[in-house]
Amino acid sequence: MKGPQSLIFELSSPGRTAASLPAPEVPTPNLSSLLPAHVLRNDPPGLPEVSEMDVVRHFVNLSQLNHSVDNGFYPLGSCTMKYNPKVNEDAARMPGFAQIHPDQDEATVQGAMELLYSMDRYLSELCGMSRFTFQPAAGAHGEITGLFVIRAYHESRGEHRTQVLVPDSAHGTNPASAAGAGMEIVVVKSDERGNVDVGDLRSKVGPSTAALMLTNPNTLGLFEENVREIAALVHGCGALLYYDGANANAIMGKSRPGDMGFDVVHLNVHKTLSTPHGGGGPGAGPVGVKSFLEPFLPAPLVKLDDATGMYVWDYDRPKSIGRVHSFNGNFGVVVKAWAYIRSMGPDGLKAASEHAVLAANYVMRKLQPYYDLPYDRDCKHECVLAGTRQKREHGVRTLDIAKRLLDFGFHAPTIYFPLIVDEAMMIEPTETESRETLDRFIDAMIKIAREAEEHPEVLHDAPHHTPVGRLDETAAARKPILRYTRES
Amino acid sequence: MSAVKYTRDHEWVKVEGNIATVGITDFAVQELGDLVYVELPVIGDEVRAGERLAAVESVKAASDVFAPVSGEVVEANEALDDDAGLLNESPMDEGWIARVEMSDPKELDALMDRTEYDEFVKEASH
Repeated sequence: MKGPQSLIFELSSPGRTAASLPAPEVPTPNLSSLLPAHVLRNDPPGLPEVSEMDVVRHFVNLSQLNHSVDNGFYPLGSCTMKYNPKVNEDAARMPGFAQIHPDQDEATVQGAMELLYSMDRYLSELCGMSRFTFQPAAGAHGEITGLFVIRAYHESRGEHRTQVLVPDSAHGTNPASAAGAGMEIVVVKSDERGNVDVGDLRSKVGPSTAALMLTNPNTLGLFEENVREIAALVHGCGALLYYDGANANAIMGKSRPGDMGFDVVHLNVHKTLSTPHGGGGPGAGPVGVKSFLEPFLPAPLVKLDDATGMYVWDYDRPKSIGRVHSFNGNFGVVVKAWAYIRSMGPDGLKAASEHAVLAANYVMRKLQPYYDLPYDRDCKHECVLAGTRQKREHGVRTLDIAKRLLDFGFHAPTIYFPLIVDEAMMIEPTETESRETLDRFIDAMIKIAREAEEHPEVLHDAPHHTPVGRLDETAAARKPILRYTRES
Repeated sequence: MSAVKYTRDHEWVKVEGNIATVGITDFAVQELGDLVYVELPVIGDEVRAGERLAAVESVKAASDVFAPVSGEVVEANEALDDDAGLLNESPMDEGWIARVEMSDPKELDALMDRTEYDEFVKEASH
């Protein structure tokens, strides 16, 4: 494996350039004669001076240090690192999708508008909702959009509700979005089976409750067994139910948030519908609502004009919360998700969820003898094991186990989340992994459990075979070095 | 020297006169791992018992620190701004977080002493 790479600044050699430009044919006045002195820098910027080949090799080498779904197993729980079929990319690069502008006349982009229109129908059917917006750029953006819709609904009824209920197993984005929307967060406990504690919910829901935000299956990978009762309880107080779609990969074609009683849904298309996890790049978090909330969705929405048979933008939505993104969201991502839905078909989506659930249960039951299983129930698309035994008996922390996995060529699972499980390891294999891959992962985990007993020091120092060993994360967090400074 | 009292959220409070010094317990620090950042309260702020006083961030998680007693924040341990590691080195002493001028010292009666707290931790970790 490749060793640590130099910074591109360290490759710099004075005067070296990637491109040789011809001499200018016009006069080149000095900058100081064009700009006032106070806006000129004293020293030239410290940009790296490198050849084109230096640049190419540097970044290609860096990219090869990356771990991705395309080069290895990536069981990062709750992130659903599912494979991104390459046909999605082909679809998104078609000129009719890639080389259009949102300001173009509607008549010239009917295909793109039809795609948004039909995607609204597909997702509504999948989720049991009535209408979707594609403006939100990611899941958390969808959450705050959904909360704005919920607030607008309550206010339209003359009600000022300020509290959002969030289970203690929730993703951190739920309370963060609620706080961002100016709401007060009330935490609801989990019961001993890993469900929302209905008694605790009953004592906390009331006339101030705007919504309950719930992920189902929840972050323990467990289906909320009392979701109907929960919905009745929340609706009985006049509050709404928000479905965090982070774990929707477990339920496609099997059960629908709308049927469970949810009023608002977001989907993470990078989790459920096979679009890339951006790394900060464009994403999409479409938000769907039941029909009574449609008037509040962000405008515009695509409408089919029956008289002309044309797709048009519907801006005439007086109760809309307004835009939450420039133009129409990240359209290219929606194209990729659309391509996935069309290649899979309804039966294919259902099979994907079944395989995802089967794979997670297979890993969970195979590893159960070697690691603690805090909630011993059939799981959905992910399972939560715990390294408590290893910590107590051998002084090996879950962090050590995760680091050691890297030596076997696997990405580590999510660790220390959900927060309600000590030494948690949240494993989500996704539907696309073969049984052979799952078995190799299981073997590695069993080997690590043995190492914890026999050679705990191997785990304390792991990883051993990666380009860099154990990083000092504490020092990096306490004394971050955020800028390169040239050594003089 | 006055007795130290403990909360179920793993804060400690030490009282001298009307001033309560507040921090998080050795157990809390051990659970959190290496602390990297402390968000200190603002001097002059009024806090109520059970409400958020400060926040701590470790390599593992970010957590709220709740006020064990109500009152006005009169001092914050600025040394933690430079070195959150003080919390790991000396959670019960140099790693104190804030001093609160108590408005209702009777609130202390609801808190645990060390024996009770140790028992509480033992039960909680089962």
